Amino acid sequence: MSTNIFEDNTAQSEAFHSNLSSRHRSGRIWHFVFQASTLIGIIALTVLLLNVLDSTFGYIAVEDEINPADLAINGIPIEQLHQIDLVWILEQNVSKGLFRRLESEMPWEERTREEIYDLVVARVVNPTVVDTWSLRESIFNRNQVFQEAAEKYPGARVEFKSWLSSAFLATPQSPEPERAGVRTAILGSLWTIAITIVFAFPLGVGAAIYLEEYATDTPINRLIQTNINNLAGVPSIIYGILGLAIFVRALEKFTSGAVFGLVDPTTANGRTIISAGMTLGLLILPLIIINAQEAIKAVPNSLRQASFGMGATRWQTVWHHVLPNAVSGILTGTILAVSRAIGETAPLVVVGASTFITFDPDGPFSKFTTLPIQIYQWTARPQDEFRNIAAAAILVLLALLLSMNATAILLRNRYSTKF
Amino acid sequence: MAQQTETITSHTAKSVVTDSFNRTLDLRKRSRWGESIIQAILFFCGAVSILTTIGIVYELGKESASFFTTQLWEQTNRTLQGSIDEFTTEFDVSTTGFSMEAGDIIRIGEEAMQVVAFNEGEGIITVQRGAQETEITSHRKGEELFSSIRVSLVEFFTSTRWNPQIGYFGIWPLLNATLMTATTAMIVALPLGLSIAIYLSEYATTRARSILKPILEILAGIPTVVYGYFALTFMTPLLRSILGRDVVEIYNTASAGIVIGILIIPMVSSMSEDALSAVPRALREAAYGLGATKLETAIKVVVPAAVSGIVAAFIVAISRAIGETMIVAIAAGAGPNFTFNPFRPAETMTGHIVRISGGDLSYDSIDYNSIFAIGLFLFFMTLTLNIISQRVVRRFREVYE
Repeated sequence: MSTNIFEDNTAQSEAFHSNLSSRHRSGRIWHFVFQASTLIGIIALTVLLLNVLDSTFGYIAVEDEINPADLAINGIPIEQLHQIDLVWILEQNVSKGLFRRLESEMPWEERTREEIYDLVVARVVNPTVVDTWSLRESIFNRNQVFQEAAEKYPGARVEFKSWLSSAFLATPQSPEPERAGVRTAILGSLWTIAITIVFAFPLGVGAAIYLEEYATDTPINRLIQTNINNLAGVPSIIYGILGLAIFVRALEKFTSGAVFGLVDPTTANGRTIISAGMTLGLLILPLIIINAQEAIKAVPNSLRQASFGMGATRWQTVWHHVLPNAVSGILTGTILAVSRAIGETAPLVVVGASTFITFDPDGPFSKFTTLPIQIYQWTARPQDEFRNIAAAAILVLLALLLSMNATAILLRNRYSTKF
Repeated sequence: MAQQTETITSHTAKSVVTDSFNRTLDLRKRSRWGESIIQAILFFCGAVSILTTIGIVYELGKESASFFTTQLWEQTNRTLQGSIDEFTTEFDVSTTGFSMEAGDIIRIGEEAMQVVAFNEGEGIITVQRGAQETEITSHRKGEELFSSIRVSLVEFFTSTRWNPQIGYFGIWPLLNATLMTATTAMIVALPLGLSIAIYLSEYATTRARSILKPILEILAGIPTVVYGYFALTFMTPLLRSILGRDVVEIYNTASAGIVIGILIIPMVSSMSEDALSAVPRALREAAYGLGATKLETAIKVVVPAAVSGIVAAFIVAISRAIGETMIVAIAAGAGPNFTFNPFRPAETMTGHIVRISGGDLSYDSIDYNSIFAIGLFLFFMTLTLNIISQRVVRRFREVYE
């Protein structure tokens, strides 16, 4: 009897052992596959960032209309010339109309030497970028870049350019990529986000408090909860269409500022910052509610019971005990939701972002453009230089988002209470 | 103090009690107006979400309804060749222009007419005057003919041409492009996302997980317009250099689809990983105890146990891929195009909405109404997918204690 079992075992064990190595092999192969997939995800992120950096920096070939050396007076190069001489150069080289226009904008005496020097460079020397190279080419094929530039553009000088610069941040939009900046777009983004927060934060937190602290299990409360979960999955462009129909069109009198008499009623339309901000507010409302609900849920029930036991009303309990303990979670969730709003493009295109404005937005009723919109418009242009400034704008946007997320993480680590 | 409490407890039946110092305490429920107002305000905050949904359905529905019911008049490029009085039913029109068929409604001036017969070669048209209860009037030589177009639901869902300006209203070119980019995205995201989830939940050490997860979260937090830039400036040139410049065009659905896939990898992986991590450790230990390898445990025990969560993640990912806008607007090309070739440009539903509304769109034009019709269709598509995913989770979830 016992021998039988032993024999059976050997037979089984042989089958088991013959199979074992192939099982282990497939185990190893799949382990590798899973690891490789994770690696691909990381590589995708790296390539995406490198691709942006690749276009932000690199050599450019610049051709000057007039060689700056030719403008030197008595052998003194223009970098060292006095203000008066620079004005003289301007007068000699630009048309009379332009010279008068520049003077009427601001008299020469009131301008600093640096400003006039910049004008001379922009209007007289007038450098134009004739070719650009990516950062990769600039680092690894440096000699080839110089050779190619010398062959194709004999009159051009080759210099290393960072498209992302302080001037890029400070100048408004321009049809020429070399002089375009993101100032209007950054201000537009900040204005829009301010409106979004003012609109969505109180509503979102209020709704979360209602659902967590007040709502009993009635059909209408269940409906609200399901509805919020479903709204979070609606594509952002649908919110854009909703914003177009409601804020831009139906509430045009209000969103154009005509009700308040702030703008000329004949030219006003609803495609303003306040429409954009409220559209984004509706978009992130479900996210804020869901995040705030999580934060409120994390506050232990014993705290509420203790407060009720002391005779506090429901609102007193919420205001003095639940909210102070949930506030870090609520703020973290809100920042994450807002950083989603900053990156949104599609709904704003539908709501009607302006394609080209050069003046700073001066209030909720002015026309707007935002950073993502600017990136979209520059990316859609065929010229290479616009790709470069789009990449630079992407870096600005990513830096903005990164700093917001870092703030959120700091808040969470610093103020979160463990129960 | 103790005495006071005692007094109160001994008089619980009464709502007005007297304490030991002969002060009366009113324990009846007081109506607190402040509390009620606050509760009403908070309820309103919650109700805003319902109002949003109602707003979406109402506005999209209203404008779509006018898209499907408004009668539009299209120029036929034909004019009257001679003046006609109130009784003429057969008259000459110019011989060139768009064709008309018996049964069509045409309009001259304010009067609508129904075409009875039309001789295209000689340009003679026979009509029934005063159709659609319009007043019969005389018309002068040289007046223009307009033909009526109406968008029918049947045409909307069956036709393969979309060009509202000249009367083609088939959603298929847009829908087809949407389905193509979404399919490409899923081919990329599903295997990769699931593999990453299995790796993170079953293989990775705690330390590796704590590094890898935030990186994937960063990937999820990058704005979609940046992915659009990536698709156009990296993925398309890459595809073109691999497959040849004559095969792959500058704007194509394949590169947009692949990049959407990369965009939704973190979503698939994090939702699937949550589902995998929720499977209790005991199941894994039992499998190991029976001699299963790590792979066998993962594939044959853990994944089946978490299948509801994984399927839900897939469905939500599909819905996200369908609604994705900026990547396709930048990289998939402009202009509706009914094609099954992923290397040719084609405009998706979302891409079309963005392009049409990008300019200054005039209200109540056919383009304005059409974006609402497309939007409504898109809304119901994604809503259905989201509801299905919630059902799947509820229905097929394995509950462990």
